[in-house]
Amino acid sequence: MENSLDPALPLLEVRGISKSFGAVRALQEVDFTLRAGEIHALLGENGAGKSTLIKVVTGVFARDAGIVRLGGEEVAPRSAKAALQAGIATVYQEVNLLPNLSVAQNLFLDRQPMRFGIVREGEMRRRAKALLADFGLDIDVAAPLGNYSVAIQHVTAIARAVDLSARVLILDEPTASLDRHEVEILFRIMRQLAKRGIGIVFVSHFLDQVYEISDRITVLRNGRLVGERETASLPRLELIRMMLGRELAETTSARAATREHQAREVCASFENYGKAGYVAPFSLELRHGEVVGLAGLLGSGRTETARLVFGAERADGGQARVEGAPVRLQSPRDGVRHGFGYCPEERKTDGIVAELSVRENIVLALQAKRGLHRPLSRREQDEIARRYVKMLDIRPPDPERPVGLLSGGNQQKVLLARWLATSPRLLVLDEPTRGIDVGAHAEIIRLIRELCDDGLALLVISSELDEIVTYSDRVVVLRDRAHIEELAGEAIDVGNILAAIAADGAAVALEAHT
Amino acid sequence: MTALLPRRGLAQILALIVILAVDRVVSPQFFDLRLQDGRLFGSLIDVLNRGTPVALLSLGMVLVIATRGIDLSVGAVMAICGAIAASLADSHGLPVVLAAALGAGLVCGLWNGFLVAVLGMQPIVATLILMVAGRGIAQLITEGRIVTFSSPDLVWLGNGSVLGLPVPVVIALGMLILTGAVVRGSALGLLIEATGGNARASELAGVGTRAMILAVYVWCGVCAALAGVIAAADIMGADANNAGLWLELDAILAVVIGGTSLFGGRFSLVLAVLGALIIQTMNTGILLSGYPPEFNLLVKAVVVLAVLLLQSPKFSGLAGIAARLRRTKA
Repeated sequence: MENSLDPALPLLEVRGISKSFGAVRALQEVDFTLRAGEIHALLGENGAGKSTLIKVVTGVFARDAGIVRLGGEEVAPRSAKAALQAGIATVYQEVNLLPNLSVAQNLFLDRQPMRFGIVREGEMRRRAKALLADFGLDIDVAAPLGNYSVAIQHVTAIARAVDLSARVLILDEPTASLDRHEVEILFRIMRQLAKRGIGIVFVSHFLDQVYEISDRITVLRNGRLVGERETASLPRLELIRMMLGRELAETTSARAATREHQAREVCASFENYGKAGYVAPFSLELRHGEVVGLAGLLGSGRTETARLVFGAERADGGQARVEGAPVRLQSPRDGVRHGFGYCPEERKTDGIVAELSVRENIVLALQAKRGLHRPLSRREQDEIARRYVKMLDIRPPDPERPVGLLSGGNQQKVLLARWLATSPRLLVLDEPTRGIDVGAHAEIIRLIRELCDDGLALLVISSELDEIVTYSDRVVVLRDRAHIEELAGEAIDVGNILAAIAADGAAVALEAHT
Repeated sequence: MTALLPRRGLAQILALIVILAVDRVVSPQFFDLRLQDGRLFGSLIDVLNRGTPVALLSLGMVLVIATRGIDLSVGAVMAICGAIAASLADSHGLPVVLAAALGAGLVCGLWNGFLVAVLGMQPIVATLILMVAGRGIAQLITEGRIVTFSSPDLVWLGNGSVLGLPVPVVIALGMLILTGAVVRGSALGLLIEATGGNARASELAGVGTRAMILAVYVWCGVCAALAGVIAAADIMGADANNAGLWLELDAILAVVIGGTSLFGGRFSLVLAVLGALIIQTMNTGILLSGYPPEFNLLVKAVVVLAVLLLQSPKFSGLAGIAARLRRTKA
């Protein structure tokens, strides 16, 4: 394939790819172009469509529309294995090799050198050693892969993929669990491979690394292509705006009239609250009738903050207070007892009990709060379920339907109902509008405002900055697992949030604060 | 109490009727009942009486399985508690004997629950430990012999009758009602189903999932202890090698036939007991038919296969049609 090495022609060309899961449109007419010998960063927040795009290109998902060309020829792999044979290899964050087999066996799995039907161990090890030497690695290839660090496992996976004559190498969050030194090793290898004419797709949420290694950047948001830029000529602020925000003018006008700020009682407060290696100590006051938004990129410590506040994770320092009285939050039960509620980001794994009915899901937290010996009678349950199904317009309006059969938006409403039924004082919502169709999206935002008017304290996480700007009275900006900035009143706009996220180093943030 | 008798029991009731009909064919006297010395006799009573140990085991097992667990140790716990009851029967009164045996069952359940809920072991491995060790413990208690006793109180527990029904049957019925009252009368049932359906989500909703898991293993141990005492009382002795042998498998089978998924979540006490009766009706029928008992295992296997097929997702299309038919009828 000489033409694949011709820089004028794209190596991998994706045109007009669409993919829906039920009513959710995960990808809408997305284009993506990878040149030979370039490192191309694919960026976007959770749910932007990065993984879906990768899975469509590698044949894990069937696409609804669009074409994929590799070296000018149309390809349509039906499985990851077929994609690999065509020359597209993917290394996922969780390395999918076999930790119990030796490094050499992993490298040559399925294609071991044989003689008379017997694997030639010596030959295999020699070749494995030579292969890894290319990557600057000198290790005992006879030892089980699981004995080595994640970095070496990654390099092994990459070596295997490249040796299988890959022309396109997709690395999905390869650096997420690597330390600085290991990242250096990986980057050196990536540059080497690019020089050999391999096109590399680099998915990461570490923007520093993206700027360090990539030649070009493609940004996706909500399943759509936002843009494709040269890394060198794309300012960081502009990149974050592509990932998070819409046009500035559009969002600032959507900002609700600032509400009265005085005379709000503090509902819960946290002083120097934090956990080592999880999120840096922060101080946070949550007041009745006020929405506090948490803004930041993926992995900035938003969800971690939410889990600490609710009690799903134990803090190792600091003091929490509820209505002024010191409390200990050791478990979700503690949080629930103090009148907190938490709608987690992962609705399916952490939120709903799919098999149980809408009614049972709604009464679950209230029942857990009341305790075993004070069961809600069936009539009380029916009444609670009916009330919230009506209030939140849950569809279909059948309280006995297993909640797993509802759409994402309605599942989210059931979770909201679960907590509202406990008459909470504080509600923590982690990405309440993710993966929800447009209609339900607007409804959830309307609900957040109404709840707030009723005197509830709300802590809301969202990747949609314009959304956060719309309903927040205060916005806490996070970066690198620390709270770096708090915006209030007129200062809340997408531009300021973006500037805080993009600020280079903590010093700048501190300056802006003083 | 609609929760005690869910709509989905139809398949199990039909299965029982079919098997009863087959039994009637192989043994024309199958439905005959006669009253003798104030006590009912007949094959049906026999099914109930013989089915008691597995029915009791399934009452505990169904709760454990509802939390997405499993308890392989119930047969061994039966042996331990039977051995304790038999050793104490001739020297102590019935209350002491029962308290000791049930207390031992409770401790066994606590041990299993501790391993699973607190240490986070996989249930199948955690309970395998006691399954193996338990039989050894029982043999230590009986000192390797078959311990016999003649205490009339304990013998009555296995062979007496109340209102014409064998005492074991009355006990099993009582335990079903007691368990049902505790589980469905309190919030336990809902919280157990939530824990089994999605433990992470339940934990985040404030459910004390560890306490739930601990509680179901304890109850399973107590049920097994009662089954062990009855089995010992029935033969007026304790055989540490054979008491309750392989009964854990029958109990799991009963639960599965009763429609409770091994993946946890929804459960039904009544249907689990019905499952135990279905198994016993098959056993008795095969015994009466004169076929060799080996045949029993094959028939059981076929029934299990049928039940599991009905539960598998690939068969959901078929199940969906059945459900629609039922709805149109209702």
